[in-house]
Amino acid sequence: MSESLRTVVLAGNPNAGKTTLFNALTGARARTGNYPGVTVERRVGKVALPQGARVDLVDLPGTYSLTARSPEEQVAVDALLPLAGPPPDAVIVVCDAGALARHLYLALQVLETGLPVVIALNMMDEARAAGIDVDVAQLARELDADVVPVVARSGEGLPELRSALARALTAPARDAYRAPARDGSVALALEGATLRDVEHVEMTIAPMVRRDVDPAHRASMARARALWAILSVGDDELRGVPAAVREAVAEVRGRADAEGRSIDREIIAARYARIDALARDAIRVKASAPKRSVTDRIDAVLTHPVAGLVVFAVVMGALFQALFTWSEPMVGAIEAMVAGAQDVLRTYAPGGPLRDLLVDGVIAGVGNVIVFVPQIALLSLFIAVLEDSGYLARVAFVIDRVMSGVGLHGRAFVPLLSGFACAIPAILATRTIENRKDRLVTMLALPLMSCSARLPVYTLVIAVAFPASATLPGGIAVGAVALLAMYALSVITTLGAAAVLRRTVLRGPKPALVLELPPYRVPVLRNVMLATWDRARTFVIDAGTLILAITIVLWGLLSYPRDGALEARYDAMRAEAEATLEGEALDARVASIDAENAAERMEQSFAGQVGRAIEPVIAPLGFDWKIGVGLIASFAAREVLVSTLGIVYGAGEDTDEENDTLRGELRAARHPDGTRVFTPLVGLSLMVFFVLAAQCMSTFAMVKRESGSWKWPVLMVVYMNTLAYLASLLVFQVGRALGFS
Amino acid sequence: MVKTLADLRVGDEAVVSDVGGDRGVARRLMEMGVLPGTRVRIARVAPLGDPIEIRVRSYSLSIRRAEARGVYVTAEAS
Repeated sequence: MSESLRTVVLAGNPNAGKTTLFNALTGARARTGNYPGVTVERRVGKVALPQGARVDLVDLPGTYSLTARSPEEQVAVDALLPLAGPPPDAVIVVCDAGALARHLYLALQVLETGLPVVIALNMMDEARAAGIDVDVAQLARELDADVVPVVARSGEGLPELRSALARALTAPARDAYRAPARDGSVALALEGATLRDVEHVEMTIAPMVRRDVDPAHRASMARARALWAILSVGDDELRGVPAAVREAVAEVRGRADAEGRSIDREIIAARYARIDALARDAIRVKASAPKRSVTDRIDAVLTHPVAGLVVFAVVMGALFQALFTWSEPMVGAIEAMVAGAQDVLRTYAPGGPLRDLLVDGVIAGVGNVIVFVPQIALLSLFIAVLEDSGYLARVAFVIDRVMSGVGLHGRAFVPLLSGFACAIPAILATRTIENRKDRLVTMLALPLMSCSARLPVYTLVIAVAFPASATLPGGIAVGAVALLAMYALSVITTLGAAAVLRRTVLRGPKPALVLELPPYRVPVLRNVMLATWDRARTFVIDAGTLILAITIVLWGLLSYPRDGALEARYDAMRAEAEATLEGEALDARVASIDAENAAERMEQSFAGQVGRAIEPVIAPLGFDWKIGVGLIASFAAREVLVSTLGIVYGAGEDTDEENDTLRGELRAARHPDGTRVFTPLVGLSLMVFFVLAAQCMSTFAMVKRESGSWKWPVLMVVYMNTLAYLASLLVFQVGRALGFS
Repeated sequence: MVKTLADLRVGDEAVVSDVGGDRGVARRLMEMGVLPGTRVRIARVAPLGDPIEIRVRSYSLSIRRAEARGVYVTAEAS
């Protein structure tokens, strides 16, 4: 049959166990992507029903209600109440049986749409343990929908849920509003002025409901859309809301304000009145319920003024350690594998441009992509565990006071801290921030955190520019102070940039912190592994292709044009050396010829030409054209500066920051007028530039992927590099005016 | 004196009488179940003094003091 699969939507509050249920129902063979135009993760999987039929299950982002003021929140609304596409064939709403009073709010909103609904009453085991008894049959009767108790973690109740879903798919769409009033109606008890207001908006919306929607269902859709519009439209950032709807809502709100009514409260209170009535009938709390829950007792420690901060520091320290140290063997192994593959090709493949492209472009580019995977996987693993266990919400709770000072959400802390290791996984980590502006601010500021790729640059520059003997009074090494200053500068500018971005391009009311602190739970291993796998795969596929492409382009810039005459001249020198020398003397001579050859080749390359062209621009910062080539090459990855300087200064290829030949060459480097290139002041200026500049193209690729547009990475590059240029200019010019060199 | 959630101490219980302040925040709080007539209890204060944790409708909600000042309550003895 050519008929496309029927679509079922999975909705629920955050912390309702939605992900666990999705994974359990789909067997976790899900496709992951982004909703078009927004940065919300979209997961779709197939569910097998009892009679062998299969349906597509779409996992909606966790949401407390269908009220939506941002495009991100609108995703759930569009899935359930589409004005453009077809509505889903059925909806599963996941509710936490232990916190049903609040979770029913969303369930009620979904029922109001008139779509066939199955309510999965999750975590029945926890509810029972807490002494909460839910009368499932009574609840189902009153909501006029199947209610299936499940325990998603253990799989309990899943066969029943599948059967209920199959039934729902054959059920006719309900008219949730126009049905005669009876117990099974979910119509809100709206009266008087409120009812008049809702009906006014509903009349505007009714003609917009799709023609192919079942007539019995049309009225419910229009009413549900009207209720959504009244609560959402006004101070929103939504796109594509018809002007007529905006006008109708504005008119209704204006009238309510004039009459001194709060229409928001009237609608929300009507829903909760219904919930309270349901709860009275269907929920019993046994007197034997434990007085103090396990979560309370854990929180007494984890959010304690002293112990809480200590635990916080330890957990964040472990995260930091993991990103810096534990990922190191894996990163090293990947780098060794890439180098090994390059060596094999260099040794066995015939020489020529194709080999060079493969070795230094393609393989190096693939290496640039997969080298991030260990850190991404580790951080994703950490965050999945923190989130599933409930501690991530406490991290925000504990540290929000500090973060809110610069206008950031408490949840921005973990991504910012992770930025010390690497911006790539850190940007992925911003996904835990719900609010779009908060997320963008965090994403745009965190590349200022001094990532581990800057460290080799600092190490080399400090070793070259500051003599080891240079000490301050008290015997403190100047180099150590310089290093510390770079990290301090990075933290200060990160927070400053966040504060400025929050007040300018991403201006908005200071976002409220309305944060649920879920009960502590043991993380589900499967969820954690799947989340880790998803993030790593998404990165490799989406950001990876872009990184690979830019690496190849950069390789081309650094290697072309090739000058045949130049290569022939060096070949002749090599041949001459081979004819006249032997043993170690020959090796030394060949190495020196190779280094000169590489240096001259790079000088003539496009990158070398650009380096020379920008020399007048970077000279006021104290940089010569060779450093300029290094800056261009640093777009591949910051640490590439070290090996590039190695090449342009003729210390040979494959040098690292600990290399004495390279250090010696750089210390000896002179301007044509005989003055030293790498003076302490130039070193300082260069390091300040590296603290602030946006150079890592992998970061651009990541920000593009996660923000869904080129606008944000472009803004990031412009503001960071402007900042870097001005700061370096200030350091160098003021330093010189003060008589430093 | 009109009391708000921000004026209560840890362990205090109260009944919400009005939810004011910024419209978006008020709506969000009400949708999370903080409505006039709802009973709330101050469960805890964050180690750095802000935000606070309240118990409402048998779950835990964290809000900043700035938002808590928009929630008016009639206090009851704890």
